[in-house]
This record gives sequence, C-alpha cells and structure tokens, in this order.
Amino acid sequence: MDLSSINPTLLLASLIVASTPILLAALGELVVERAGVLNLGVEGMMITGAICGFAIAVNTGSPFVGFIAAALGGAALALLFAILTQLALANQVASGLALTLFGLGLSALLGQGYQGIKPPPTANIKIPVLSDLPVLGPVLFSHDLMVYLALALVATVWFVLNRTRAGLILRAVGENHGAAHALGYKVIRIRILAILFGGACAGLGGAYLSLVRVPQWTEGMTAGSGWIALALVVFASWKAGRVLLGAWLFGGISVLQLNLQAAGVAIPVEYLSMSPYLITILVLVIMSADKSRAPASLGRTFHASD
Amino acid sequence: MSLTRILASAVMALGLAGTALAEDKTKVGFIYVGPIGDGGWTYEHDQGRLAVEEHFGDKVETVFQESVPEGADAERAITQMALQGADLIFTTSFGYMDSTINVASKFPDVKFEHATGFKTADNVSVYSARFYEGRAIQGHIAGKMTKSNVIGYIASFPIPEVIRGINAAYIHAKAVNPDVEFKVIWVYTWFDPPKEADAATALIDQGADVILQHTDSTAPQAAAEKAGVISFGQASDMAEYAPLPRVSSIIDNWAPYYIARTQAVIDGSWESTETWDGIAPGMVEIGAISDAVPAAIKAEALAMKDLIASGQYHPFTGPLNKQDGTPWLAEGEVADDGTLLGMDFYVEGLTAEIPQ
Amino acid sequence: MIQLEKRPQPSRLWTFLTPMLAVVITMIVGGALFAALGKNPVEAIRTIFWDPLFGEFAFYYRPQLLVKAAPLILIAIGLSLGFKAGIWNIGAEGQYIMGALAGAGVGLAFYPLEAAYIFPLMVIAGALGGWAWGMIPGLLKTRFGTNEILVSLMLVYVAEQLLAKMALGLLRNPDGRGFPGSRNLQQYPSAHNAEIIAGTGIHWGVVAALIAVIFAYILFTRHLLGYQIRLAGQAPKAARFAGVNPARLTLVCLGLSGALAGLAGMFEVSGPAGQINIDFNVGYGFTAIIVAFLGRLHPVGILLAGLLLALTFIGGENAESNLGLPAAAIQMFQGMLLFFLLAVDVLTNFRLRWKTAEVV
Repeated sequence: MDLSSINPTLLLASLIVASTPILLAALGELVVERAGVLNLGVEGMMITGAICGFAIAVNTGSPFVGFIAAALGGAALALLFAILTQLALANQVASGLALTLFGLGLSALLGQGYQGIKPPPTANIKIPVLSDLPVLGPVLFSHDLMVYLALALVATVWFVLNRTRAGLILRAVGENHGAAHALGYKVIRIRILAILFGGACAGLGGAYLSLVRVPQWTEGMTAGSGWIALALVVFASWKAGRVLLGAWLFGGISVLQLNLQAAGVAIPVEYLSMSPYLITILVLVIMSADKSRAPASLGRTFHASD
Repeated sequence: MSLTRILASAVMALGLAGTALAEDKTKVGFIYVGPIGDGGWTYEHDQGRLAVEEHFGDKVETVFQESVPEGADAERAITQMALQGADLIFTTSFGYMDSTINVASKFPDVKFEHATGFKTADNVSVYSARFYEGRAIQGHIAGKMTKSNVIGYIASFPIPEVIRGINAAYIHAKAVNPDVEFKVIWVYTWFDPPKEADAATALIDQGADVILQHTDSTAPQAAAEKAGVISFGQASDMAEYAPLPRVSSIIDNWAPYYIARTQAVIDGSWESTETWDGIAPGMVEIGAISDAVPAAIKAEALAMKDLIASGQYHPFTGPLNKQDGTPWLAEGEVADDGTLLGMDFYVEGLTAEIPQ
Repeated sequence: MIQLEKRPQPSRLWTFLTPMLAVVITMIVGGALFAALGKNPVEAIRTIFWDPLFGEFAFYYRPQLLVKAAPLILIAIGLSLGFKAGIWNIGAEGQYIMGALAGAGVGLAFYPLEAAYIFPLMVIAGALGGWAWGMIPGLLKTRFGTNEILVSLMLVYVAEQLLAKMALGLLRNPDGRGFPGSRNLQQYPSAHNAEIIAGTGIHWGVVAALIAVIFAYILFTRHLLGYQIRLAGQAPKAARFAGVNPARLTLVCLGLSGALAGLAGMFEVSGPAGQINIDFNVGYGFTAIIVAFLGRLHPVGILLAGLLLALTFIGGENAESNLGLPAAAIQMFQGMLLFFLLAVDVLTNFRLRWKTAEVV
C-alpha cells in the first residue's frame, strides 16, 4: 500500500472530468422533474447524443458542432417522449423505459461505421491567471469548454428556477398542475419545453463521453451513466447546487476506488460502489421528514379535463 | 433414458431431418457475447467468421447472433441455430459452457466448438489462445520502455486467464528492468469504456508510463494518447492508435482455426479436441511493433517471439517463486498446462493481492 | 385543431382494437426500417411474428415463448396490483435479483445433499428474498413518507452490486477454475427447476406465472382486496372513507410484487439460467413494467402482452441469425412497438375531436 502515490490535485481534476457527463444529464432531468415529469429514458437520450455528437464532430471536424448536434439529437429523442406522455397521455414510467430501449438500438444503428475512428480533439482552455493558481488551477481552471459550460449551467438552472418568473411557473406546474392550469399556464407546453431541455442536456452529457472522456464511439458506451444521473437528481433533492455535489460524490467514488486500487489498497469494490445509492436512500428518508420533497405532481399525467 | 427424453430427442431429430435434406452448403453458426463492433473480443471472432466465408466462398454459409446474454437466452440461441440446420457452431464466450453442452446433447449430429471453456463431449471441442505468450513479449517491451518504472495494468476479473497475463508480463518486465513496479486495477467488467478510461487515467496519475489492458474497449488507448504514455492493443490490433500510444498489440487470430475446423466438418474428419494454441500456429499474433520502439528493443522482442514460436522458450520457465516466496518452478523447469489453467497466485515480486 | 375529449367510460371496442392497431403500425414502420437496411421487409416481419408460431420449428418455439414470457408475466402481475392502487414499485429488477440470490443461496447451502424438501425451501426463500427487498421501500414509505419510486429504483443498483459480490465471492463455484459464477443448479437435481414436460423447457416458473394470472383475475373480480386496490387508485379519498388502510395496502402491494419478482428470479436461476452470475439479470424487472402497462394492468392483458414481447424477442433473434439483421435494428423495432402500443392507448380513454381554436 502506498497512498503517497495518489496525487490529490490530479485526483480532483480527473474527478471533475468523470463527473461532467452525469452532471449535465442530471441537470436536464432535474428541470424535467421539477416540471412534474419523470423521464426514465435518460440513458437512451445520452447514448443518442453520444453518437450524434460523435458522427457530426467526425464529419465536420469540429467538436463544437458535434456538441450542438448531440443536444439536438437528445432533444429529438426527448420529443418522442413528450409526444407520448404529454399529447398521447401515455404512462411516463413505461414510456421512459421504452425510450431507453429505442435509444440504445437507434444509436447502435447510427454508429455502424464509426467504430475505431478518433474524433477531433476538444481543446483544453486554460483560463489565464486562474489556471496558474496552485491546486485550484489544475483542478478547476484547466479543462475543456464543456466542463465550464456544465458548471455555468448549474448556476443558470439554479438562478432560473429560484429567481425568475419562468422558474416559478415551472415549479408551479410541477407542484400542482391543476392549479397551474387554473391560473392560465399552459401546462403541456411548459412540460414539453422542459422535456426537450432535459433531452438536450442528456445528449450533451453523452457527447462528453464520446468526444472527451473516452473519446471514441462504441455501442452501449454509456454503460449505465443515464441511470446514475437519475439517482443523482433524487440524491440532490431536486436542487441544482446539490446536483453538483452529488455528481462529484458519484463520480468521485468511482475514481477514488480505482485510485485506491492502483495504490495497492485492498478494498471491497462492491460495497464502495453501492454506497452512493444507500446514501441516496438515506437522504430521501431524511428529506421526507423535511419540507423539501419531490415535486408533488411528479410522474402524474395531466389532462385539462381532470 | 426415460421415455419422455426419448420422445423429446425424437422430436428434435425430426426437426433436424427436415432441414438436413434441403442442405448442400455447410452452415456454420457463431454466437457472440458482445456487438460485432466492440473493436475487441467479438470483433476478432467476427473477423474469423468473415475469413471462413472468404476462404470457402459458395461452399459455406455463415450465420451469427450478437450480444447474446449468457444463460437461458444463450441456450435458446444455440438451439435455434442447430434447428436451422447449422453443421458447426462456435460459441465464443466462457459463460456459454453449460448451454453449449446442454444443446450438444440434444443434437448429436451437429458439431460444437466452445471458446475458453473446459467441458468437452463427443461433439463438443474446446479452444483457447495462449495469450500469455504475447503478454511475455509485451512485458519485455514495457520493462525496457518505462522511464518511471511504473507499469499500469487494467485487469477485468480475477480469473486464471487474467492472472496468467499479469504474471507473464511482470516476469519479463522484471527480467529486463529489476526496478519495475506493477500497479493493477481490477475493473470487474470486460467492457465499460468510461470506467476503463478512468482506470487508465488513475494509473497514469500515479506515475505509470506504460498501460497494459485486459479489457476489450479502446478507451485506455485514448487515455494513454492524451497523457502521452504508451499502451498495447488487446485482443484486436487497435492499429488506429499506432504508432503512439499503441506500440504493439496481441491479436486473437481465430481465422486459421475456424477455417481448419470448418474444413474438418466438410471432410467428415471432425473430432472432439482440446486446443490451446499460441504464437506458433498463428492463433496469437503480435501486432506490428511501431517505430516508437527503438530498433534494438524491437529486435529483442521479435527474437523472443521466434523462440516462443519454435518452442525453444516457454514464458513460464524457472527459477520462479510464488508471491509468498515459496518455490514454484526450479531452474529450467517449465510450468505445466494444468497449473497455468488454474493459476490463482501471483509470482514473487508483485506487491498487490489478488482480490477474493 | 385536434382536441382530446375524455370518454365517460373507457371504450371497450378500442381496448381490443388499439393493440392490433399498434402492431400493424409497427409492422409498417418497422418494415420500412428493415427495407432501408436492405432486407426484405415482408420476410423480416414474417420471421419475427409468424415463424415462431407457425413456422417449421414452431414445435420448439411455442413452449419457448412461454418460458421467455413466464418471468415477465409473473413480475408484471405483481406490479399491476400496486400500479392500480397508485403504488409505484419500479425496482422489480432488484427484487428479482434478491429472490434469485436467496433461492440459489439456500439451494447451494445444501449442496451436495439430495432431498425432496430442498426445492420447496428454495421457492420459499426466493419469495421471501424478493418480499424483503420490496418491503424496504414499503416500510420507508409508510414510516417516513419516502417516495417508493425512487427508493425501489435505488435498491436495484444495490442488488446488482450484491449480485456481483456473491458471484465473485460467497457463491462462487469452488470447482469453476476461478471463473466468477456459482455452481450450475441444473446439475444439482434436488435444486433444479427441471422441465415438467420433457423437450419443451416448460418449468415451474411457467406454472407459477399462469397461477398468478388466475389469482390476480379472481382477486380483482371477487375479492375485497382487489376492490380496495381499485378504489385506492381511482379515488383515494373515497377509499379512506370506505375503511381502506393506505399503509397496510402499500405494504401488501409492495410486499406481494416483491415476492412475485423474487419467485421469478428464483425459478429463472434454478431453471433456464442455471447459475448466479454477474450478468444474471437481463432487465426482466424493467421490461415487466412495460408489460404491465401494455396489458393495461389487466391480468389477461398482461398474459397477452408478455407473450407478445416474448414473440418479438424470439422472432427478433431468428431475424438476426437468419436474415443477418443487426441486433440494434431489432432493439429499435421493439422500442417502436412499445411506443405505438403506449401511444394508441389514448384512443381507449379519449375521443379525438376537431375543434376550432378556443379563446383562452
């Protein structure tokens, strides 16, 4: 055992990279759930984003264009979910699961011919001055654009949800769609927009995997990240700031256990891997006593005649 | 045999007879555990299938099914191939072992070939590659190339096959570089690109400048490229990462074996066998050693390859001790296949423990 | 524009018509997909839907449909009880794993003893394992008001890690040359969930699934609990006046659905799958949620939905190996079928009406 071989600065820096995909996807899902919709199709939207972003980045040579395509791809898949649940009033749990199945198949089909290709590199942007700071520099300010964007998105989502009228309306729709409708808000339209936003974020998260973190395309490469993002939203008790903390925790435990192994520490991998989920359940229990609970209309279908 | 079982096999035989008449082509089936586009394990098996098609042309028809889960679904998939008139079926993952044996007992006229397993029957052969021979060569190159003297190893599951690879690589790295140290991470998956990438990054962060992997995706290659360290292709050549970070590779080349076994079925000379082939017959190939490796080291590596191929050198040759210091092989003694197949210990010098 | 107008009663006609409509639409769109991939669409659709039922090898596939559908039906029946009452257990995958672990664990504990009581004990252990895993979200909900959707989902991940731990540790086959995975229960006669009718593959899990369908049918039509479940789902307030204890109902529904999922896992591990392994679970717990909804939460509907899904699985495999269709295309095709089935259900409960835009 040689713990001194673990460099905390590098560990934190790779933790930030490892947590970015689930952070992006979870932020999107947070907005969706705050609007009262439970979309279990995150995995399907992520992997669709991963291949859309990859294919377009390879063909255009620009990762930036790739990320835009990924957001569009994720949103396009989310649109299917929106049509099903908001217009055809299908059950959200079943529709979300079907969406994952569909997305995994679609991405594998789209991805034929993209195996073994290297995407154009996404440049790291060292923020002047800040990136020269000891510890904080390499940990926070020497990453690629998407990391900064994800962090900015945390702040934006928090701000919009808590400090703007649009956020207030969104939350009202999620808490009590009947009352929101009575007040004249377009429940369905607001929810569709939230779902599309969620899809775009999941798509970005997926593309971050295929363009930066892994970077390559292989079938099924999200390997359950979408499900972790779902857990993360719950862990964060539907608060943007806590999503960031949670992403570091969920991503961090994985990175930490790999580092501990490399340092020669014999660790019970399985128990460590299940700990975030047990912590999430604990958080849920504590929260139930508290006032901040799940959005009251979460997962319920809305029709104006109800 | 109970009456019901006789009836059952009669029903099966009936189904078989129906198709056997319509056949004149030899039909060869493949059951894959992953997608054919995984870039590693399944990809190479599918390359073997394509080689069979090319070699025999119109005489042979091949069918395959990808991403077949091990267990109940595998048994059905194999059965359905046998029903559809396959004459020879390759099941290409360890987890298909019992399913293959079960189906084979119902279709005595169909030949089965199970990769990496150890259960045979009159119509079931097993085959596997001596991957550790390639590991020895990788270990040699790695030991010579490392500057930090830290070599990172991404391992899948603590099974003999993987442990054997770690030992073979370590012995030969240590032989050329006594200061070398191995850091091993067990990721408990054969295929999880993000996790493999994280594991590679963790190893690199802790000073490794050579990455060996026993998992199937190319994610560690990409991580190595980003960090500017060297790596080796696994199962497949992974040539898209040459000349750096990928300096060489071990390739499973199943084509010669698949062609030979198909030929045996066509000739009617097929027999149940246990094959464990290495570099010599070409089942294990060493991918081109790139120019990033100095010519002298490359020559040494190729010389070792020739010695292994000719049978003059065995990668597990004594004197070798087990990790706890107890003697394993005496001077000049060569490990027997039984010990290698059940290998559950590290050799002396490796510092970590094998997880239990 | 088109507007949805809620029907006073769900339409009986459309209840029967919608699934067929969905299958027809899927065939058309899916056929187009197959054609785009360069395959003969008619042949592909025939391979998927017709051949397993009436083709040359139907004698093999027909019972296999039951075998494949059995765990889906068993789990979906359990889930439908809770779904009707508005209790959302989406963690059946975890309960399935725990049932398999408990059942196989009990069986392997007796190894190599041969005795007639071992298999019944395993059945009980499997049900209890799933029941216990289902009771966790149940107790947390009734004690603390914790959301059962999320707790049951989290417990799936925990169960998966436990499964990996067991396959690599405690339950690992000591004679397995170091590979992960338990002993194969098919080779341990006292613990083997063997075929009931030789050559068909039909095992006790299929029987259990059929019993569950009948049991659920009687429950909903004849029994007080069935009435309470329906009342709680349709009119929670009225249910309380009628003396339904919501906490008790929650525990009963989550416990029962957990037990049935556990049973499904136990029958699968001791029968078709044979052994505990890292990838033992293949998503039946999640697919069963879809089955429950496709079956409109009705026992007979679930039976049919389970069989339909099994048909697309088995037919899809045939299309892969016979026609060379990529597995991804089959997966997409199944996803499409589910979409259409879910989407057209709107016609059962709503009427489409043309309306001029209203002034809001």
